Amino acid sequence: MAFGTIRNVRKVFSASELNSRSAEPVIALDDANFEFDEGQLIALLGPSGCGKTTLLRIVAGLIQKTSGSVTIGGREITEPLGDYGFVFQSPSLMPWRNVLDNVLFTMEVLKRNDKAARERATQLLELVGLSDFLGARPHQLSGGMQQRVALCRALIHQPKLLLMDEPFGALDELTRLEMNDLLLRIRKETGATVLFVTHSISEAVYVSDKVIVFSRRPARVATEIPISLPYPRNQQLRFTPAFTKAERLASEALGVVPPAETGSAA
Amino acid sequence: MASRLLTQIGYPLAGVVLIVALWAALCAYLNIPTVVLPTPDKVLAAFIARFDLILAEGWVTLKETVYGFILAVVIGIPMAVAVANSRPLNLMFYPLLIGLQSVPKVALAPIILVWLGTGMESKLAIVWLVAFFPIIVDTVAGLRSTPRELLELARSLKATPMQIFLKVQLPAALPFIITGAKVAITLAVIGAVIGEFVGSSEGLGYLLLTATSQLDAPLAFAALFALSFLGMFVYLLVEWAERLAAPWLPPAPRH
Repeated sequence: MAFGTIRNVRKVFSASELNSRSAEPVIALDDANFEFDEGQLIALLGPSGCGKTTLLRIVAGLIQKTSGSVTIGGREITEPLGDYGFVFQSPSLMPWRNVLDNVLFTMEVLKRNDKAARERATQLLELVGLSDFLGARPHQLSGGMQQRVALCRALIHQPKLLLMDEPFGALDELTRLEMNDLLLRIRKETGATVLFVTHSISEAVYVSDKVIVFSRRPARVATEIPISLPYPRNQQLRFTPAFTKAERLASEALGVVPPAETGSAA
Repeated sequence: MASRLLTQIGYPLAGVVLIVALWAALCAYLNIPTVVLPTPDKVLAAFIARFDLILAEGWVTLKETVYGFILAVVIGIPMAVAVANSRPLNLMFYPLLIGLQSVPKVALAPIILVWLGTGMESKLAIVWLVAFFPIIVDTVAGLRSTPRELLELARSLKATPMQIFLKVQLPAALPFIITGAKVAITLAVIGAVIGEFVGSSEGLGYLLLTATSQLDAPLAFAALFALSFLGMFVYLLVEWAERLAAPWLPPAPRH
C-alpha cells in the first residue's frame, strides 16, 4: 500500500469560512486523487489559486476537507499530527530569534529541545551553507538564505512528510535554481518525503519523482506525469530531450500548448 | 564621529539657544511685563531658587504618571489578550472600547474626583483612563496581526494554546505593544496634570496653577519646564524598556 493516499478529496469553502460578503460558497478543490510512496518528492503543479495550497493544508490537518479521504502512513488525517514539516512561500522566520533559535523553534514546541537537537540544527544549517550565520538575525539575511533557514526549521524533527508551499516562488530565477539543487541534495541526505507545490513547470519536473497536474478552478487532478530522470540531477538535465518531453507533457496538461499530434512530424 | 556629534547634539542645542535668544530679545524689545512672559534668566533663577519645591512636586507627578501607566499596562494587556482571543468577548466589548476611546477623558476628571477624592487615587484613575486605550488598542492590533504562516506552523506541530501565545503571538505583538506604550506614557503625563488641575494639593500641575494664581510667572514657567523634563524622562524610560524587551527591533529613527 502507498505511503500517502489522496482519494476524492473535495473542499468547498462556505461564505462564512471565506469571511467575505458574498453568499456563494467556493469550490476550492473538486476532486483530487493521487498516491505517493515513502521517500518520493511529489510536485503539485497548477495555475495560481487552483487549490493546491488548500490541498496541502488539508494534508497537514490544518483545515477540514468537505469529503474524501487523506491517509498518510496508514493514518487518516483529520487534525495536525505534529510530525510534519512546513515551508511557506515567505520564509516566515521569527525576527525576535536568531537563526539557530528559529530552527530550534520546532523542537521547543515538541519539547525535544535538547543537546542532540542543537547538534542536528547546527548540522542542517551547515548542510545549507549557513554555519557562519547561527547567531544572525533573520533581517540580516537575504531572501534565499532566510528560506534555507525555514527549510532547516521544517526538517529538524525529521518529519514524516515535508510540505512545501511554493517555497521558492518569491526568489529570483538564479537563486531559485540554486535552491532546487539544494533541495535535491537535502532530500538525498534526509530521505524526506516531500509534497512540493509550485506553479513553475520546469521546477516541478526538475525536482520531483512525479508531477501531479491540477486543472483550473475548481481544481481536479488533470494528470500524473512520472519523472524518471536519473539522480543525481544537475542543471545540465534541463537541456536533455527527456526533460523537455516531461515539460511538454505538463504544459499540455495545463493547456499551455495544444497536445502534440501523434504520428505526424512535430 | 565629529559630524555625528554635530548632528545629534550640536544642531538641537543650536535650536534651543536660538529660541531662548529670541524669547529674551522679545521680552527686552517689547517690554513685556514679567507677569505675562518672564525673561529666560528669571525662569532659570526661579528654577534654581525653588528647586527643592519643584523636585518635591515633580516627584508626586512622576509617581502618579508611572503608577498610572503601570496600572494601564498591567490591566490593558491581559484585557487585550482576552479580547483578541475570544470571539464573544471581542464582539461584546471591542466596539464598546473603541466607542469609549472617543469620550474626552478630561471631561471625566471632575466626576472621578467626586468618586475618588483629591488624593493619589483620583490621579491614578485619570492617568489609567488616558493611558489604557492606546495600550489595549495597539495590543489587540498586534495580537491580530500575527503572521498566518507562523500560526499554521505552530498548529501543524500541535502547539498548545499557551505555547502559541507565549512563543508566537506575544513576541509578534511586542512592537505594537511598545508603540502603544510610547503613546500611553505621553498621555499619562497629561492625565496626571489634568488630575492635579481639577483638584489636588500637590504635584507640578498644582504648582503651576498656584503660581499662576499668585502671578508668580517665573515659577509657573519653571514648573512648565519641569513638566516637559518629566515627560521626556518617562518617555526615555519606556524606550529603554523597549531595548531590553525587544532588542531585535531597529532603534527608533533619529533625524
